Amino acid sequence: MKNKINRRDFLKRMGVGAAAVSAAAITGCDSKNNPVTGNQTASGEIPMGEMTYRTNPKTGEKVSILGYGCMRWPDLSGGVGRSDADLDQETINELVDYALEHGVNYFDTSPAYCRGRSEEATGIALARHPRDSYFIATKLSNFAPQTWSREASLQMYHDSFKKLQTPYIDYMLLHSVGGGEDAMDTFRKRYIDNGILDFLLEEREKGKIRNLGFSYHGDIAIFDNLLANHDKYKWDFVQIQMNYLDWNHAKEINPSNTNAEYLYDELDKREIPVVIMEPLLGGRLSDLPDHVVARLKQKEPERSVASWAFRFAGTYPRVLTVLSGMTYMEHLQDNLLSYSPLKPLSDEEKQFLFDTSSLIVQYPTVPCNDCKYCMPCPYGIDIPAILTHYNKCVNQGNIPETSQAPNYREARQAFLVGYDRSVPKLRQASHCIGCNQCIVHCPQNIAIPVELHRIDRFVEQLKQNTL
Amino acid sequence: MLKRIRITLAVVFITLITLLFLDFTGTAQQWFGWMAKIQFLPALLALNVVVVVCLLILTLLFGRIYCSVICPLGVMQDIFGWMGKRAKKHRYSYSPAKQWLRYGMLVLMVAVMIAGFGGIAALIAPYSSFGRIVQNLLGPVWAWGNNMLAGWAAEHDRYMFYETDIWVRSWTVFAIAAGTLAILAVLAWRNGRTYCNTICPVGTVLGFVSRFSFLAPVIDTSKCNSCGLCSRNCKAACINSKEHRIDYSRCVTCFDCIGSCHKGAISYARRTSAATVAGKQTEVVDSSRRGFIAVAGVMTAAAVAKAEDKTVDGGLAVIVDKKVPERRTPIVPPGAVSMRNLTNHCTACQLCVAACPNGVLRPSTDAASFMQPRSSYERGYCRPECTRCSDVCPSGAIKPITIEEKSSIQIGHACWIKDNCIPIVDGVSCGNCARHCPTGAIQMVPSDPDDENSVKIPVVNDEKCIGCGACENLCPARPFSAIYVEGLRNHRII
Repeated sequence: MKNKINRRDFLKRMGVGAAAVSAAAITGCDSKNNPVTGNQTASGEIPMGEMTYRTNPKTGEKVSILGYGCMRWPDLSGGVGRSDADLDQETINELVDYALEHGVNYFDTSPAYCRGRSEEATGIALARHPRDSYFIATKLSNFAPQTWSREASLQMYHDSFKKLQTPYIDYMLLHSVGGGEDAMDTFRKRYIDNGILDFLLEEREKGKIRNLGFSYHGDIAIFDNLLANHDKYKWDFVQIQMNYLDWNHAKEINPSNTNAEYLYDELDKREIPVVIMEPLLGGRLSDLPDHVVARLKQKEPERSVASWAFRFAGTYPRVLTVLSGMTYMEHLQDNLLSYSPLKPLSDEEKQFLFDTSSLIVQYPTVPCNDCKYCMPCPYGIDIPAILTHYNKCVNQGNIPETSQAPNYREARQAFLVGYDRSVPKLRQASHCIGCNQCIVHCPQNIAIPVELHRIDRFVEQLKQNTL
Repeated sequence: MLKRIRITLAVVFITLITLLFLDFTGTAQQWFGWMAKIQFLPALLALNVVVVVCLLILTLLFGRIYCSVICPLGVMQDIFGWMGKRAKKHRYSYSPAKQWLRYGMLVLMVAVMIAGFGGIAALIAPYSSFGRIVQNLLGPVWAWGNNMLAGWAAEHDRYMFYETDIWVRSWTVFAIAAGTLAILAVLAWRNGRTYCNTICPVGTVLGFVSRFSFLAPVIDTSKCNSCGLCSRNCKAACINSKEHRIDYSRCVTCFDCIGSCHKGAISYARRTSAATVAGKQTEVVDSSRRGFIAVAGVMTAAAVAKAEDKTVDGGLAVIVDKKVPERRTPIVPPGAVSMRNLTNHCTACQLCVAACPNGVLRPSTDAASFMQPRSSYERGYCRPECTRCSDVCPSGAIKPITIEEKSSIQIGHACWIKDNCIPIVDGVSCGNCARHCPTGAIQMVPSDPDDENSVKIPVVNDEKCIGCGACENLCPARPFSAIYVEGLRNHRII
């Protein structure tokens, strides 16, 4: 009977909710500002021609501080383009047009993104504009052992030109160095033993590659090694993960990671331009616990939570561009607002963010940024979906510690029902066999099977009411 | 007035009993589970003397009220009959009882059940027929509606509704349910309660008693003008208006005749020792339903699917559906005590099948245990916190057990199939069966006793294994698991 009453209540509330919405719509007409775009309402229009630019010291070209990350293009199913649904080319074109119009000129893709479809889609959208109005960044993403050979790697390299419809690449990266079980060994096999790095250096000489760099995650030995050889390789830029959480908490979150402060300082010392990835940790820095949101909002009530993360990344002068994988127009508009122009953080504001990050690390979320490099799991598990659901419940306070917790019933229902909704049963953590094949692919060095088994035990405790 | 009360009660009963079969959340069961338990045949099979005696006394006092109010299949036929009457008024007529068919069916049913073929008896049992129809035909519609709500709730981040799987447990049983419904609908539309008075064994048994019922519709011959309206409105075809006689063994006490009489000649009253008609035998068309028993589908075997190659950045590996392994001994749920107990008591009403939240129970297609519940673990396993089937069973086929008892009831034991085992086939570590065994009956040991570092394989301690199927269900090998459960004919307590 309890359930029944709940349902009735539910319907009642639904009615009230609907009434409230229509009421808001009516009063909305009377207020001075017409709310059109949600978050940015009070600030009004997205300005044009106000974008902040940074100068590439080698070429003197001006790069927009907001770079378009092409890893999360929208698909026709309404989600982020990694499902089976085709990419939504029409929407991608709109996003690219809008971005260019508002001053974004750096587009970062990879042969691996969107299950191998990003380069082509990005190429189609960009080819509709003059080639000198934007910069293309792509990568040599030869992660899989079957692409380590010289032939396979060259194939991947040449395909990028075709798919992106361009005679030259503005920014070429060795993709995600520092990963693999033995990072040094993996790096050697991917770029040294097959002569690919030498080949890329030659291509730079020929002008096919205008800037050569690498993106880095994981083992610090590689980072140090590549920088130590800067005289030999002359890196034109380096791409690192940097945000106010990783600035000095990266080690705390995962001992095998390195604080962004160290990475940035090393590059700054050598005057190497820095490209920032994961400024928002795959959205984790906008989806925060309520009281953290309140804290950030209180200081800038009219700006989004995400804007803090973008301002933080842009504040550092050696930063060339800050990448954001913007799936939706609203994300693009919000980021444009943060950077048109960039209002650098004051020292007091920086300290405020560092204090905020100390609050955030107290929440035991799994540091998954939903990049999906671990996918597909050979046994069908949807790893990022499980971890994302878990993190959501952590932030919403739906991970009860005991069955005596005051919100236990609601939390249990929210966790279990939400779990079945976010992850099909056959792709849930209970099916993880612990083969460990995913671990080497995780840029965040998450011990994925350990986390999945832990979550599965928690699910069992909830289901059996034995917490 | 009497008729209105009858209809009101009947609507309440049929609605709530239908709900029992539809509500997969188990809420309806908590409140109205008793409605299944007072059904005649389940109560009889459960040896529930109190209920059986009460039902008999009820019939002795008021006639076959049971058939008009409590029996959902009877009420369902009334709905079709009502539609038939709207299409054509006064469509019924008196016909003599078909005694040999009634008693023949009853004798057959008893014989079959004693012989241990309860499944066949269940084909003609009223309550189980109703259960099958609702579970098979209405269940998917209900679940679909729920899933629409769940989808809506998900969009609004609410957790009131959750999605449920829609799947047909057995196409054979589905066909039987559809066939039963079709035949009953036609019979009821045209002739009212034909089934209840020719085939239904419960109707026949209650008919013995209602012959002598204390209260019954009686014709006042002084008022009757023999217009025959009562007879033409009697869905049981039991009023012989010419001779002013009512066959009380067939009368389901619906009170329709009382309202149909313009002269007020029929009243529900104490019976004088007036006539009961022993029907003469006439020719009859037997509408056998055995023709609907279809043959079980044939399974095609396929090779074990290999794990997908690892690329990066997104995508989901294809997951092959699990297939039912060939079990030498079928598995029956905890609380069933033994195969024999289940077979002897089960009415095959599908209430447990409808209630099982884990997709474990489905009707059997074997002749001897036809449509009785069987466990299989392709979709889920018999979870330790669930005793739903034992809670709902009205006939004592699955006896009530507690959650604590459940984890100590051995219903089967796990068997390992080396050729499917992932550590051996793919060379990766696994141990998912051991990790999920609720009783710790599975250990992982090095496959090579002399090499500590060789891949680990599962070994099962049969004494500790309860046969819940967690290992089988969660085994990564597909379509056939590398570990599967064989049933036990007699459950044991460990």
